[in-house]
Amino acid sequence: MDRRTTIKWMLAASAAWPAWRTAPGQAVHGTALLRPPAAPGYGTDPDLVTPHKRGEFWPLTLSAAQRRLAAVLSDLIIPADEHSPSASAIGVVDFIDEWVSAPYPAQQRDRPIVLEGFAWLEAEGGRRAGKGFAELDAATQSAICDSICAAERAAPERREAAHFFALYRDLTAAAFYSSPEGRKDLGYIGNVALTSFEGAPPELLKKLNLA
Amino acid sequence: MPFVTPKSQQRAYDVIVVGSGAAGGQTAYTLCMEGARVLMLEAGRRYAPESETAMFQTPDMAPLGGVGTPQKPFGFYDATVDGGWQVPGEPYVRTTEDHGGRFDWWRARMLGGRTNHWGRISLRNGPYDFKPKSRDGLGFDWPITYEDVAPYYDKVELLIGVYGSNEGLENTPSSPPGCLLPPPKPIVSDYLIAKSARGLGVPVIPGHRAVLTRALDHKRNPARIHPGNVRAQKILAADMQSRAPCLWATPCGRGCSIRANYQSTTVHLPPALATGNLDITTDAMVYEVTLGAGGRATGVNFVDRTTGRHEHASARVVVLAASACESARILLNSKSARFPDGLANSSGKVGRYLMDTVGSDVMGQVPRLESLPPLNEDGADGHQYYMPWWLYQEQLAGKLGFARGYHVEFGGGRHMPGPDTGAHLEWLTGGNYGAKFKQDVRRYYGSFVYFSGRGEMIPNENSYCEIDPGGVKDKWGIPVLRFHWQWSEHETGQAAHMQRTFGQIIEAMGGKPYKIETDGAKAIAPGGLIIHEVGGAIMGADPKVSVTNQWCQTWDVPNLFVSDGAVFPSNADKNPTLTIMAVAWRAADQILERMRRKEL
Repeated sequence: MDRRTTIKWMLAASAAWPAWRTAPGQAVHGTALLRPPAAPGYGTDPDLVTPHKRGEFWPLTLSAAQRRLAAVLSDLIIPADEHSPSASAIGVVDFIDEWVSAPYPAQQRDRPIVLEGFAWLEAEGGRRAGKGFAELDAATQSAICDSICAAERAAPERREAAHFFALYRDLTAAAFYSSPEGRKDLGYIGNVALTSFEGAPPELLKKLNLA
Repeated sequence: MPFVTPKSQQRAYDVIVVGSGAAGGQTAYTLCMEGARVLMLEAGRRYAPESETAMFQTPDMAPLGGVGTPQKPFGFYDATVDGGWQVPGEPYVRTTEDHGGRFDWWRARMLGGRTNHWGRISLRNGPYDFKPKSRDGLGFDWPITYEDVAPYYDKVELLIGVYGSNEGLENTPSSPPGCLLPPPKPIVSDYLIAKSARGLGVPVIPGHRAVLTRALDHKRNPARIHPGNVRAQKILAADMQSRAPCLWATPCGRGCSIRANYQSTTVHLPPALATGNLDITTDAMVYEVTLGAGGRATGVNFVDRTTGRHEHASARVVVLAASACESARILLNSKSARFPDGLANSSGKVGRYLMDTVGSDVMGQVPRLESLPPLNEDGADGHQYYMPWWLYQEQLAGKLGFARGYHVEFGGGRHMPGPDTGAHLEWLTGGNYGAKFKQDVRRYYGSFVYFSGRGEMIPNENSYCEIDPGGVKDKWGIPVLRFHWQWSEHETGQAAHMQRTFGQIIEAMGGKPYKIETDGAKAIAPGGLIIHEVGGAIMGADPKVSVTNQWCQTWDVPNLFVSDGAVFPSNADKNPTLTIMAVAWRAADQILERMRRKEL
């Protein structure tokens, strides 16, 4: 078994990650929690060699309004900077739509958290400024995010919204850093065939006092 | 020859080999190279790593970024197809779902079995590992010694290609000159981990993995592997030249289309097929060994998964290499008037003494590894270095509170970013988002280290499988297994020790462990999760308490052999695959010898 995969799997399985990973999505905000259409998934023997497109194995299910909100929120989490574009510019919304529409248990546990979170953001926008979240000015959007971006600091009544934000940030980052632009942003230069492998550069080891 | 259907199978096979993984591949290889005619039956489909392996595909090309799902548990691009802890239509039963008492059974229904995706860690058992009971009074001794198996370890290493070094450490055997390939060069985190661990008295040495860090020596190795057999040498030399060395990229668990690492499908089967002596039938789900008059095995019954028809194949000798639990299941399902409790089960020990590896993991974050310059650290895909067990004497003196040891697999580095790279960082970032979050991800990328303890479980009476008394059957009507599982304090104490040790090493690096779980019962991975299950048809010196003799030959049926991990009477901390191959090779040599003597 691949070691890194194993560790990640075990950490997830042992619930060492935050509780929202396994928490059932309680219907707290009165949202209709549509289950995604039943789909068989990609099966136990999919074509691994051909690149796949989002929506190829199961239909994407977010509405246009939800996708608009998803794009705004993703770009608040990963905006464009001098190193790389914003999340929505590289297709993060499609990834998130694929994720919450997937027929697998982990993704189906995430689905109500995301959809309820969207509904909460809309309601919060309405409460603060009488607008949907996507239509708010940047300062108000940031103020709302500031109130839920850290689970430990979030007010008790915002704890579920904070769990949503943590999940949504993870999904945004998952999509972004899986992409060519994300790899470039991080300076990843592997996944290329080499004729030899030289290991750590001596000058770097010296600098780190490891030579 | 090669791939045949039930209809085109010949009638006169010397040996039927059930299974095509490490044990089945090795058995077929050894037998075919020496001229025996072999029929291999594999439950899964035909699989061709050269054309099916996703080598350089990136996470953005896969659904869900390639994360694991029940249909692809180790990720979309993992080599395993039609496999996992749950296989559709092939249930199993367990007595509890509780963390400490559950057993999860991994299967890979494909040609080559789980060798297609495994970690390639190839450690020799040491002298203590074959005689554990003599050393501390617990478990069982093997009926063989390290010296009996050593020549086969040599041959397996020469054949499959294993990198590593000889360090002369206690119970950590060295290989003869020329057996091992050079280890890969260390990456930055290897240096830092090694420095910190050594400061705590923990040795760090090159790992042993079945990856070609350079081409195999096709001029010398074949003659060492097949002395006096010119034809075998020629076939093997040609095959070795067609295997490319590692290109220092892509995860081994996806498989290797250039055949730079060991998979049964890329290393054992091609030369065996080139002899013309091997027929392979895939989609052949063996469920029963048939018994003839005189108490000898006549062949096997199987379901052709493509037609649903029940078929029979016959041979002079039957070798079960279907994986520990599947081989036990076949024996238990092979009932007759003479063997009402399952074939070769006069001892009542078939299915007994299942063992997995004790596993417990810790992750940490290390400031000294933050914000490093761009580096290609793909290397040989991890486990370039490891920590062999180092407390043999303290343990023997009773100072540790648990009887057997573990080794440590570890890693770090700037590996290909993916869905986990920027996730789960709130414990470090305090909840940042926006421009600051992007800076955080850059800062922390490559600064994580991972430690996996892999330790020895002692066989016990409460860890076993049996045919489900509730009558559950799989989709072909074959009765399924029910698993019982229990850890002892030797295993949970070891898991707690792992956690404490990893925490100390991470702190010595100036890092922060994500979480240390000092309750061993919680820290230990459930049974079956490490996928090192062995036992279930253990070898021994006494037919009353073991299923096979030292040659993997069942005590009850002279032409029936079990050559996979089922025969292990102990499960050393060393990952079992290399030993499975060495023991299977030794058994195959014995089969050839007995066929020459007309005993089979």
